Amino acid sequence: MMFAVAIIAVFIAMALVLVRLVGGPTLYDRVIAVNSFGTHTVLLIGLMGFLTERPDFLDIALLYALINFVGTIAILKFFRYRAIGDKRPVEDGGEQ
Amino acid sequence: MVIEVISWAFMLSGSFFVIIGAVGTLRFPDFWARLHAVSITDSAGVILLFAGMCMQAGLTLITVKLIIIGVFLFITGPTATHAVANAALVSGLRPKEAEGFTGVEPEPLTKTDADPASSEQR
Repeated sequence: MMFAVAIIAVFIAMALVLVRLVGGPTLYDRVIAVNSFGTHTVLLIGLMGFLTERPDFLDIALLYALINFVGTIAILKFFRYRAIGDKRPVEDGGEQ
Repeated sequence: MVIEVISWAFMLSGSFFVIIGAVGTLRFPDFWARLHAVSITDSAGVILLFAGMCMQAGLTLITVKLIIIGVFLFITGPTATHAVANAALVSGLRPKEAEGFTGVEPEPLTKTDADPASSEQR
């Protein structure tokens, strides 16, 4: 029963973070919203695993945590690298 | 029975912190304050919820898996937050009240060797 309460709480938190994801003015607001949504998904998978008495969900949760972290760093690296490319003066831009 | 009550208390407080973090992410004025709010769910919410689940599972393989996930999230949460903060600062996003920002300016973005990836291609 308590897992159901926690799952509802995580759903509410996911909805709020989605609002920030859509409304986030800067790019980095969206990046932390995506990162937070991923962490909420990890929690949700873990809680669902407990709710339905299926311990193998926790492997999925661990995998999701790994991928979420790598995804966040990849997004940052992509935008930072391209941001560098855009701002560079033209004669130096050939390195794209 | 006592374990049940304690784990329920952990689960309740964990879900409370998850919601508080999400509300903070929504309502804080600028990016830097929201960064703090997000890391509340990453640290307090995750640890309390996982502690509650560990108690429910008792000393089994499930608890080991939970601890592994908890340690991993405990390490990567702040790392990801630091990476986002660093990327935002370098790209020129300043906190609102720091308009007259007299601190040490990070190296300008256009300097080529600022990013190891770009210097590799040389």
